[in-house]
Amino acid sequence: MQGEPQVINRPLGRLLTRASGKLVHPDAQVINLGDRFFYTLTRGLAFCVIFLVILLVLDLFRGSWEAIRQFGLKFLVGTTWDPVARQFGTLPTIVGTIVKAFIALLLAVPISIGSAIFISFYTPKWLRPVISYPIELLAGIPSIIFGLWGLFVMVPVIRVLQVWLKANFGWFPLFNGPAVYGVGVLAGSAILAIMITPIIAAISRDILLTVPRTQIEGMLALGATKWEAIWKVALPYARTGLLGAVILGLGRAIGETMAVTMVGGNSFDLIHSLFDPVHSMASQIASEFAEATYSLYVSSLIYVGLVLFGITIIISLLAQLLLWRLSKGRIAILE
Amino acid sequence: MKVKGFSIVAAAAVLLLSGAMAMAGCPTKGVKELTGAGATFPYPLYSKMFSEYNKLCNVKVNYQSIGSGGGIRQLQELTVDFGGSVGIMDEKQKAETKAGPVLHIPTVAGAEAIVYNLPGIQRGQLKLTPELLADIYLKKINNWNDNRIKALNSGLKLPDLTIAVVHRSDGSGTTFIFTNYLSKVSQEWKDKVGFATSVNWPGDVGGKGNEGVANSVQQIPGAIGYVELAYAKQNNMAWAQLRNKAGTYVEPSLEGAALAADQPNLPDNMEVMVTDSANSKAYPITGFTWLLVYENQRDEAKADAVANLAWWMIHEGQQYALPLEYAPLKGAALKKAESLVKRIKVNGRPVLN
Repeated sequence: MQGEPQVINRPLGRLLTRASGKLVHPDAQVINLGDRFFYTLTRGLAFCVIFLVILLVLDLFRGSWEAIRQFGLKFLVGTTWDPVARQFGTLPTIVGTIVKAFIALLLAVPISIGSAIFISFYTPKWLRPVISYPIELLAGIPSIIFGLWGLFVMVPVIRVLQVWLKANFGWFPLFNGPAVYGVGVLAGSAILAIMITPIIAAISRDILLTVPRTQIEGMLALGATKWEAIWKVALPYARTGLLGAVILGLGRAIGETMAVTMVGGNSFDLIHSLFDPVHSMASQIASEFAEATYSLYVSSLIYVGLVLFGITIIISLLAQLLLWRLSKGRIAILE
Repeated sequence: MKVKGFSIVAAAAVLLLSGAMAMAGCPTKGVKELTGAGATFPYPLYSKMFSEYNKLCNVKVNYQSIGSGGGIRQLQELTVDFGGSVGIMDEKQKAETKAGPVLHIPTVAGAEAIVYNLPGIQRGQLKLTPELLADIYLKKINNWNDNRIKALNSGLKLPDLTIAVVHRSDGSGTTFIFTNYLSKVSQEWKDKVGFATSVNWPGDVGGKGNEGVANSVQQIPGAIGYVELAYAKQNNMAWAQLRNKAGTYVEPSLEGAALAADQPNLPDNMEVMVTDSANSKAYPITGFTWLLVYENQRDEAKADAVANLAWWMIHEGQQYALPLEYAPLKGAALKKAESLVKRIKVNGRPVLN
């Protein structure tokens, strides 16, 4: 150990990001040709990604230009989607997408973080793979399978639940909708919750496992119960990482297409209750693109795509802001 | 091998027997591959036809079922040799087509069933008039025990059940035909909603694809929807008798669809929606599916191949229609389709003949 140059232990990132990419570190002499090559290669690849994003945005703008010129920002608050009258507005779909994604989070976060805590702190080591493997398996199932399962198995159950809710709690505005449809906001949110749970759970588990055992043991040594050690030490330690996991789940929920098309009910009316059928943006694009027969129609669908892209960016920025606020003066697990 | 050999002999026999109509055979100018793109509705039939045609003539036809809209766009950009569509190109689309007039050659017709989920009421028992159907889809009639439905179905015990109206959420030819029918039978529908591959529905649930609509109708008590006849048959769904233009109540059938397409006043260019046919035995929710081909072709060999393929599809190819639940061309419709294929030209000269 002592014979090796110290630079090995330094994070390479810090070394390379100084002063416009030039290597100015005092230990720069240990950077050889291989390192230089690798640096150039990875930099190139990183720029590739940025370039692709720029191209994507430009193309979205180009494609939606006709609709932007025709409808402008009214597109975002318009409630009519009428291909016959060539009138397009997408407010109900935006609302539907966001509402479904957030209800899905509400359902999925307790389950996934709870299971991650159980796996990380309560499960004996040998049992961990037995519990985590199915979770990872669930994360790999194609969404069309979720959609079909949702349509044939879940929706009938949801219908029974909705009818019961309406019969007993119909006075509550959110339950005062067409319960008998089965498909709708609730079914869409439920299928999304099932789809994002494994992602959030798997990442949360990995993050909770990085919490230093010594900290938890120290807490226990001070007389805390295990619950207190987890609640007061492990979770605060890991919270930025856990938030990151939730944001990834939200991202998937907003962009999910196939499964939510099959159980969402796909109506263009504004929702008033949990039972109303509603479209989501990604599924609207996928459903109508093939048969969009004139250019303003196609352009409007691409405009929907642009708005969806914008929403994704806003959410990701808000998440960054939240992470930044949370991690101030603390150790951030995910940077 | 034996079966294949037999089918070639049979096809050859058909060609010989049909005498006058056997004016076209396999393309002779060396084209081995054709590409087409368009409607998904006829795709099961087209893929069967093209596979048989490849065996017969050694010409490979690639058909991408990307939807009518995509088919029309690709035809306009000259990236395919022919398009497939379940709708007629409108004036604007025709104006956007720089490479000249496009022929609409009908290949088969399809029928759509009005399916419902009513406890105790079987297939074919419920009767509907066009006005009732339109008012249900306009959300003006909201309960199955509505007096107008009761008056028409005096023998049935109609339940006190809210009507859940189900439609296609994806853009589709099925919707085009259905809404075109409603626009013909109801002025209010025409004014408020109109017809297209996707419209601004007054109500309720959207299902993705025929399977989505069929599933919703089967699951929701009191639901009504429209699906392709094949789907209604395969899923054993209850369907309604519909009053046609002549006043007869008819159940959906391929015979009814074929008769709807065989009517006296068809225009020569076949750019016609045969919904609400005047034929007294016709089933009213019926529509053609068309091949879209440029009338004035640029490439002699390609033109020869496309014309021969189209001719084969409206003759020998028709034998595959019935087993796959499409209505073959009949009578007047077939005659008009033939003359359309004969209009395909290169340098002003017809390709066939």
